[in-house]
Amino acid sequence: MKPRELLIAFWTIVVKEIRRFMRIWPQTLLPPAITMTLYFIIFGNLIGSRIGEMGGFDYMEYIVPGLIMMSVITNSYGNVVSSFYGTKFQRNVEELLVSPIPNWIILCGYVVGGVARGVGVGLIVTLLSLFFTDLQVHHLFVTISIVLMTAVLFSLGGFINAIYANSFDDISIVPTFILTPLTYLGGVFYSIQLLPEFWQGVSMLNPILYMVNTFRYGILGVSDINIVFAFSMLLAVIAVLFSYSLYLLQKGKGIRS
Amino acid sequence: MTAALSIRNLCKTYGNGFEALKGISLEVQQGDFFALLGPNGAGKSTTLGIVSSLVNKSSGDVEVFGHSLDKAHAQAKMCLGVVPQEFNFNQFEKVMDIVTTQAGYYGIGPRLARERAEFYLKKLGLWDKRNQVSRMLSGGMKRRLMIARALVHEPRVLILDEPTAGVDIELRRSMWAFLQDINRAGTTIILTTHYLEEAESLCRNIAIIDHGRIVKNTSIKALLQQLNTETIILDIDPPQGTLPALNGYQARLEDDHTLVVDVEKNQGLSGLFAELSQQRIEVQSMRNKANRLEELFVSLVDKNLKDEKSA
Repeated sequence: MKPRELLIAFWTIVVKEIRRFMRIWPQTLLPPAITMTLYFIIFGNLIGSRIGEMGGFDYMEYIVPGLIMMSVITNSYGNVVSSFYGTKFQRNVEELLVSPIPNWIILCGYVVGGVARGVGVGLIVTLLSLFFTDLQVHHLFVTISIVLMTAVLFSLGGFINAIYANSFDDISIVPTFILTPLTYLGGVFYSIQLLPEFWQGVSMLNPILYMVNTFRYGILGVSDINIVFAFSMLLAVIAVLFSYSLYLLQKGKGIRS
Repeated sequence: MTAALSIRNLCKTYGNGFEALKGISLEVQQGDFFALLGPNGAGKSTTLGIVSSLVNKSSGDVEVFGHSLDKAHAQAKMCLGVVPQEFNFNQFEKVMDIVTTQAGYYGIGPRLARERAEFYLKKLGLWDKRNQVSRMLSGGMKRRLMIARALVHEPRVLILDEPTAGVDIELRRSMWAFLQDINRAGTTIILTTHYLEEAESLCRNIAIIDHGRIVKNTSIKALLQQLNTETIILDIDPPQGTLPALNGYQARLEDDHTLVVDVEKNQGLSGLFAELSQQRIEVQSMRNKANRLEELFVSLVDKNLKDEKSA
């Protein structure tokens, strides 16, 4: 395929993905808006006012970056895993397989679709947070790049999950039993400085801690972790997941007999 | 002239050890209307699945218009349009979106995609349904939608896996006419079907596949010439309680009005009519038994089964 044709094919997948999550907005865009508003009200306003400061900031200010990041993570992952598994389930993945689109374009199309939803929901949550706190961006480049990288990483994760999934149960196992606990324990609601030393060490093994804290650094300028290390780790994990996804596509795992 | 489709020594063994294809070779010429026939599980869909890149082959080569599926897969796929046996479009998307999205996968820009989608949806009688969600379509409409989708990038070869399965007679006839039109316009058509009448009416060449092997690959004409006998059904008067004596003809009474006669190639019909006339039996109407190909098909498949057992 010529470069222009590749671009059209890529854009077709992206538009299809965006059209999908926009069409079912009561399932994709509304729930995170409601859930995060409840978090802001309950944890930020009601409980937060009694907690006082965290890391030198109001509790509400402290949790907003974590909650935005939580939305980005769950929505970028959820978009790709449900969309690609649905495509497999309805067998319309065959539309892609019979076409001349290279596998890397298919992968990039789905990932950008996931990033679009993750970032879109992140923006909605950010706008909602403005009703509860003033949001200052301390470091714009760090803020934008960590959001994009996190969305890419979890979109790739969702893609791999969808390839391996054989039932709708299989696409909810990872978000329920892995992503949600890691997100809650990833410093969304607290600084790991509050934990005993042993648990601080354990927390450092949680990759989501690095994403949440790097984003918090971008917004507030405070972090529990080394930002350069976080970026390097994210880049490395993205490279590994991208290569593995391509390998699975090439092999036809779960999509070709 | 380069073959539209060339398959050489194609083998497929599934993960469970089932050997679906045992080294089949096949050529379909440009402009042909080709049928791939075989009983259930013979390997038809596996063959077409490999050609369409939906099934991984174990070994062998496939070329589409000289483009190897391994070495030049994009060029090969550009030449192919595929209509699968089962509905495989997104049931929640609109008809128009399904067709234009498929065009996009082939690198066709939005404007041209819309023009082509309009052309094929109109041609297949789906234009009025363009804004309807696809799951709301009837079975026949869904099948036509898959044909429109497969044609939107104007492929040189159209592959149809049992395109008229479960379709009513009227729609089947209109689909036949449509396929004949696009074949006349230059598109090579390869189809699998269970309706042997369909293959006989539409196709010029045929391959019969059984137990993963090609047991026959020839023209329909040549295949039918292999039939030594033709079965003729006669409506006779007056009614006959017992089978009339017909010297040299194999005959049986289906009921007292219907006489079924097997006429060998060298026998001709004059003798038969003379014999009936002598016995004062009048022939009121006469017709060929329609499933000539079916008989041949069954005999070939049976022969292959016996060969396999004795091997």
